[in-house]
Parts: sequence; structure tokens; C-alpha cells
Amino acid sequence: MMEQSDDIIIKVRDLVTRFGTHTVHDGLDLDVRRGEIIGVVGGSGTGKSVLLRAIVGLLKPDAGRIEVFGKSVRDTSEQEYRQLRRRWGVMFQDGALFSSLSVRQNVEAPMREQLQLDAPLRETLAGIKVRMVGLPEDAMAKYPSELSGGMRKRAGFARAIALDPEIVFLDEPTAGLDPIGAADFDILIKQLQAALGLTVFFVTHDLDSLHAICDRVAVLADRKVLAVGTMQDMLQVDHPWVHEYFHGPRARAAGVAARQTGES
Amino acid sequence: MAFRVTAATAPAAGPFGFVQQGNSLLLSGALRIDTVEDLLRDWDDPSSRGIATLDLAQVSQLDTAGAWFVVDQEQHASRHGRVLTITGATPAQAQLIETVRHNMPPHDMALTRHLSLLDRLEAFGRKTMRGARMTVELLSFLGQVMITLGGIVVHPRRLRLTSLVHHCQEIGLNAVPIVALMAFLIGVVLAFQGAAQLRQFGAEVFVVDLIAISVLRELGILLTAIIVAGRSGSAFTAAIGSMKMREEIDAMRTLGLDPVTILVVPRVLALMLMLPALGFIADISGLLGGALMSWIELGVSPAVFQSRLVGNTDVWHFGVGMIKAPFFALIIGIIGCYQGMMVGGNAESLGRLTSASVVLSIFMVIVMDAMFSIFFSVVGV
Repeated sequence: MMEQSDDIIIKVRDLVTRFGTHTVHDGLDLDVRRGEIIGVVGGSGTGKSVLLRAIVGLLKPDAGRIEVFGKSVRDTSEQEYRQLRRRWGVMFQDGALFSSLSVRQNVEAPMREQLQLDAPLRETLAGIKVRMVGLPEDAMAKYPSELSGGMRKRAGFARAIALDPEIVFLDEPTAGLDPIGAADFDILIKQLQAALGLTVFFVTHDLDSLHAICDRVAVLADRKVLAVGTMQDMLQVDHPWVHEYFHGPRARAAGVAARQTGES
Repeated sequence: MAFRVTAATAPAAGPFGFVQQGNSLLLSGALRIDTVEDLLRDWDDPSSRGIATLDLAQVSQLDTAGAWFVVDQEQHASRHGRVLTITGATPAQAQLIETVRHNMPPHDMALTRHLSLLDRLEAFGRKTMRGARMTVELLSFLGQVMITLGGIVVHPRRLRLTSLVHHCQEIGLNAVPIVALMAFLIGVVLAFQGAAQLRQFGAEVFVVDLIAISVLRELGILLTAIIVAGRSGSAFTAAIGSMKMREEIDAMRTLGLDPVTILVVPRVLALMLMLPALGFIADISGLLGGALMSWIELGVSPAVFQSRLVGNTDVWHFGVGMIKAPFFALIIGIIGCYQGMMVGGNAESLGRLTSASVVLSIFMVIVMDAMFSIFFSVVGV
């Protein structure tokens, strides 16, 4: 496990988001520490992705404060926001790769926009990132439409870490993958988190992932963060949804699996 | 001997530098993606100067680019039969360097090749083959639609009437204003230009023949077809293409629904019914525009225009225009739907094929028009 500190890297306070009359978050608080992998879970429509989008500034919250690296995401100048943005990477569901660019060009895109690098150096560095996420050599020149779902997610991850960010936001990285592919992706996240010293903010439904790689879990329910803590802490929570989630048949299956690999 | 280089640019990146001590090189500062390039500029190969160790103890920040730089130096040295060891890395840095070392590019990576004559020839050949294959596929698609249409004649209940009426409204009724305006202006232009020429011979009254023949026989229907190709042909490609992208077409097939019956036939049929109607509207509108301009510019009264039009213009001029309309409609409909079916998984192909659909159908309409001209002159109409 990475050395963790009490250094709060993301701080969300009293967040309120509404879509029309529908309130998604109502007074939501969340702290993310430097160097940890935090998993955000919750039922469909509890605003997990909305929270992610609010933190990276794609969505304007109706009230509340969001600070990343101690700086407010909303109330900054365009210049400051651009510098902030360079320090995180986002991977959307299904990769959100640019369909007109090859995989390598996709990874080069952030370098091209943010830095003035020579083309050969840029290509070399992008190539290292593509290999780091475990894509084969011949995938570099391929276009997103020629890749499988799992490869697209890996390529999306490579683009998210192109500039060696401090935080990576992952939106359901293992959704739609087969169990083996999902487990591989979990290991990949863990490995790169250790190698690059990342803080990972991780929206998921996948109980296996939570067991396998998350240092802490945050549960979203009733329009706020209901509980934050380790998997063990979650088992003690007395809320019906949380109880159902962590004690249901799928949770038991995942829990057993995690325990067995832990012992071996 | 000791020397020191400090980067003047990018002050936010923090200073970095390298100092030689004996046979080791001491790196210091931030070794990051935004400083590596500056470092490379002042860099000469350390192993060739007898340096055996790269000491990272003073490096405050190291990212993937920095790790690449270190590993690249090491591998460069070993390729020249020399050894360069890396020391002083923190455990985290060492782990990153190890990860990067596993993912270094292979050395024998092919450099970008220049296109030779043979490559160009090959590309030309591929393009030709692709064109030929597309022609065959287009014809087979036409055949498929024809067979389905024939089946509907035998079993009329298979026809999706709601869909047909909807497309008739989209293609026909909603296009009336733009088609009528376009034809009216064409009539005005013809009268204006014709008048200027014919006045020189005192043959102003022949402007009626000029307008009648060119609008009824050629321009009315041809320009209508071009507008419809741009308006409806592109809409066909976009609509069917986006359904293809979202796998709706595949879903239809698995449910036992034939996409040709449901999507293509109503569109093509609606186009074949509506294009003659739009062509007729364009003819009337064009004649009105011509009549108005002849009256204003040449003083040819509407009564004279009408008697000259009825008495002197063969009704076959109108007939020739109308005969062409369903054929143009078929071309636009088939090409529009076919290109939609060709859309692949990505949004880019949708855009590309939509524009290809419009270009190809307008081109084919004009080719068809030329063939009709030859045909009608041979049969003497």
C-alpha cells in the first residue's frame, strides 16, 4: 500500500446539485487523501458521475465548495483552472477517445495541447504510456472503432495519465468488462497508482474492484455521502441500502473471493 | 572538472542541473516532462566521457518522462558496450524507472517510410477496386430494394403506410417553399438574360419559348432533384447511419424485421411519389417567374405569354421533365439509404458518408440527365 498521509487533496463541502426540481446532492461532504484509492459507490441515479463531473469542473454545482489541491475549482481564473486541470486526468466510461485520432495520437493529444515537445519525444513518451496500460504494439496505430471495449478503456486510461497527473478520476473503469479483464484492469490501476504515486478517485459498481484495490470506500445515498471508510467499516454500517449492498449475495461472493486471494 | 547548467525557461518547473563528480554525474532538481526537453538540449552522451554512474539522489521530482530519460541514457550506453548504472533513486522512483524500463520502445522500430511510386500505384489500385466494389454493392442494394418493392405490390399490406405518409410530408410538403422559390427565381433569371439577348434581334416574344422549354424540360426537375438530394438524401444517410451506429438495424434483424422494408422502401417510395410533384410545382413556379419578368422587362402581357405557351410549346417538353423525375428520385433514395447502411462504428464515418451521399447522388443525377438527353434526341422527342 502507498504511504498515505492526512494531506487532503480533494475537499467537498455542502455540495448541492439540482437538475430542474430533482435534487441530486444535498449538503454532500467528502475528503480524499493524497495517495489513496477511493471507491465511490451508490445505486443508479445517486449522482456518482455527477459528483465526479462537479469536482473536475464540467458541471456547475448549485451551492457548496469544491477544493482540489487547496484551490477552489469554480472560483478561479481561467489561467489557474488550466494549471489545475493539468494536475489531474479523467477517464470517462468507455474511454471517450477521439474517434478521428489513433490510440497513440489520443495519448499525445494532452501533451500537444499543454506542452511544447518535439514530435519524436512526444511519440516516444506516448508509446511508453500505451505500453504501460498493457496495450500491444500494434494497437498504437489503430483507431478507437477498431478496438474492443476493454482496449478502449485501457487507451482511455493511458490518455488520462499522459501528463503524469497527481489525481486520476475513473468513471466505472471495469463496467462492461469480463471478470478476467476487470480483474486485470484492477491490477493495472493498482500497479500504476504505486508506480506513478497517483491518487485515484474511482466511481464503480464492481464489488470485486472495491475489495481488490480500494483503500477507502465512500457510499452515496440519500443525496449525500452516507459513509466513508474501509471495506471492514462498511460492513458495520446500519443503513438498509448499504447493508443490502455489502451483505447481498454478490457481496458475499466477492468477499469470499477477496479473502481467499488474501490468504494464498 | 565541474559544470552546471540551469534552465532559464519554465520557472514553475523548478531548477534542475547536472554536476560531474569523478566518474559519476549528479542530477538534481525536477526531472519532469516539461523539463526533459531543455535537459536534452544541453546534453551530451555521458558514457562516452567515461561516466559510469547517474546519481539521482538530488532529484526532487521524477515522472514518466524523467524516468524514460534515465533509462534511455542507460540503454544508449549499453548499446555502445559501456555500462551506466543508476543510483540514488528513492524506492518510489526506482519502481517508476523499473515500470518504464519494461515499456521502452523497441530499438528496431521502423522509421516512417516515404511513399514510393509503388505505394502510390498500390493506393490507386485499392481505390479503383473499392470504387468497383461499391458499384456492385450499390447495384445489388438496388436489386434488393426492387425485389422488396415487387413483394409489396403482391402483398400491399406489408407497406408501412404511416411511415410512407410521414416521409411524404418530410420530403414533399416541407420542401415546397424552397423549391417554389428556387424555381421562381430561375424563371426570373432566364427571362432577364433571354430578354437582353433576344432584344438585339427584335425577337422578344421568343423569350416565352426559351423559358418554357428550359424550365419544363431541364431546369425545373434537375434543380429540384439537386435540392432534394441535399435536403433529403443527406437526411436519409444521417438517420439510417445513426441507427446503424446504435445497433438498431441489428436489433431489427434479430427481431425478424427487415430493415429494407421498414426503413428503405418507405423513403424511396415517398421520394418517387414526391419528386414528380415537386418538379411540377417547380415548373409552374418557374413559368410564373418568367411570365412576370417578361411582362415587366419586355412588355409581353400575361395573355400573350399564355397563348404563346399553349400554342407553341410541345406538351412533350413537360412530359420529358416528368418522365425523368421518378428516376432521379430512385437514384437519390437508393444512394442515400445505401450510404446510411455503410456507416460503421464511429461518428466520423457518419459525417463522411453523409457528405459522400450528397455528392454522389447529385453527380449521378446529372449523369442520368445527360443520358436522358441522348435518349430523347435519338427517339426524337
